[in-house]
Amino acid sequence: MKLRFRPVAGLVKIAGLLAVFAIILPFLGQEAVAATVPAAPAAPVIDAAALSSMRTGIDTVWVLVAAMLVFWMNAGFALVESGLCRSKNCVNILTKNFIVFAASTISFWVIGWGVMFGDGNAWLGTSGTFFVSGADNSPALGEAYAAMNPFSTAKYAGVYSAINWTPVPLWAKFFFQLVFAGTAATIVSGAVAERIKFGAFLIFSFVLVALVYPVSGHWIWGGGILGMTPTETGITSFFGNFRDFAGSTVVHSVGGWAALAGVIVLGPRLGKYKDGKVKAIPGHNMTSAALGVLILWLGWFGFNPGSTMAAMDGSAISHILVATNMAAATASLSALVTAWLILKKPDASMVLNGCLAGLVAITAPCAFVTITSSAIIGLISGVLVVLAVFFFDKLKLDDPVGALAVHLCNGVFGTLALGRFYNTEIAKNVAALDTGLTPTAQTIQQFKGIVLVGAVVFPLSLLVWYILKATMGIRVSAEEETEGLDVGEHGNEAYPDFSIVHK
Amino acid sequence: MKLVIAIIKPFKLDEVKEALSQVGIEGMTVTEVKGFGRQKGHTEIYRGSEYTVDFLPKVKIELAVSDEQVGKVVEAIAKGAKTGKIGDGKIFVLPLEDVLRIRTDERGDSAI
Repeated sequence: MKLRFRPVAGLVKIAGLLAVFAIILPFLGQEAVAATVPAAPAAPVIDAAALSSMRTGIDTVWVLVAAMLVFWMNAGFALVESGLCRSKNCVNILTKNFIVFAASTISFWVIGWGVMFGDGNAWLGTSGTFFVSGADNSPALGEAYAAMNPFSTAKYAGVYSAINWTPVPLWAKFFFQLVFAGTAATIVSGAVAERIKFGAFLIFSFVLVALVYPVSGHWIWGGGILGMTPTETGITSFFGNFRDFAGSTVVHSVGGWAALAGVIVLGPRLGKYKDGKVKAIPGHNMTSAALGVLILWLGWFGFNPGSTMAAMDGSAISHILVATNMAAATASLSALVTAWLILKKPDASMVLNGCLAGLVAITAPCAFVTITSSAIIGLISGVLVVLAVFFFDKLKLDDPVGALAVHLCNGVFGTLALGRFYNTEIAKNVAALDTGLTPTAQTIQQFKGIVLVGAVVFPLSLLVWYILKATMGIRVSAEEETEGLDVGEHGNEAYPDFSIVHK
Repeated sequence: MKLVIAIIKPFKLDEVKEALSQVGIEGMTVTEVKGFGRQKGHTEIYRGSEYTVDFLPKVKIELAVSDEQVGKVVEAIAKGAKTGKIGDGKIFVLPLEDVLRIRTDERGDSAI
């Protein structure tokens, strides 16, 4: 009986409180009105400094939140890659994916940022190279970018002028660019999985983020030969006007080229190609693979829209987000249909690869094409990724997770698609990076850039892999590979209390 | 005394257990096993390449029974495990020399 009374008592209390408020509120209101009335006629004073710092704050929050989403893509990659590999290599893949961001952080801080964004020549950044220590008065903006923060009159003075168009502090720029560099390094991990020595992978990751990624990055985003306006004469008149909004080339195909080099030097996993036949080596956990792709899909909403590096009025980031999602959606569907037609079944791992293919492909063009075009780009990339998986297997290039088909193949395709679907209005309003070229002329510039990046990143990566192979060795012993890298490399197992009948 | 070993389809385990308790069986040992008979394995496709699954998951039931029970027990297992399709499994009946209940030191029929 007691219990029954309690709620009633509670209700009475609440009602009582409400009544008290109802009595007090009008007085509070009157008081407030009375207090503000004398001040009202005065003309509002616009404090430009306050507005400027508010604007910077909003833009910085957007850039950092987007960067955190991209950081979280590490979790996505870890889940996709471990899920698509066998359980005996799960600890190894998780450890690789985990430590790669730590390695990237150090590499990018020590030298990567400086090489990529330091002022220098068309090929390399040469100022403020080490430890992000160059002069920089960010969030001040470069001369031409007053519109990015109309409340500020401060002019940029520093050595990282290639990125002086974004109205955020230096460390926000650094962190956003760092998570991108980390992504490129993670791509390699999946392609070389289940057979690479842990130490060799770790050293390669350090080198990639310190010396390979920032070089091609400088060409495209650091004011170098590809991103710059072409000059009248010389080699810089041949290249230039290359566009890659969020990194189909800068991040994904660079990671893809490095991975391809690794796959070639390593060779396929034992038993993958036997008697001229491709033998399937099923992954051990499709639940984790699917969750990983969903995390990546979410992370891409930071990757692409965040690449505006400013929230502004919100229209650019909205366009880019929808374009990104549209491509992921059409690519998932087209990969599903392609796999269904060719394999007679809608293979789950192909659908997951399809979604990622669409995301990779739209990364360069998302701020240069219409929403309809992004749907078409996604549609093509979903078909492309399934065919590319078969193609790489034909060449006996063993890629356990489809990283080459997703990142290399579609990184290249997306970069070209930017040219083919180039829309001047959107390039002006969303990317604010219009080249004034026709789609055909833009496609030609895109193609030149793709060739230059591939022609340098691929042999450079090959060289690093071969040096590692000659010095420390990059592949585990056949015995260790059969037993699993978890025990061989790390001395423990991912699922010690599960019984697994066959390894 | 007899030892009855039955290999059945895993999803039939509950029905078999039910049928066995109806004929008064109070204990059994169950193991998850893999194997094949006439059913053979099957092929699956992963990322465009085929692979064969030769050994199919089955459940092995072992139980010791008295000579009087064995007929009913075999019948009960067969009833519970039958789908009429290939791969239903087999029942083996073996002579059983002795049984010891560890807790009480009972032997033979009284230990079953």
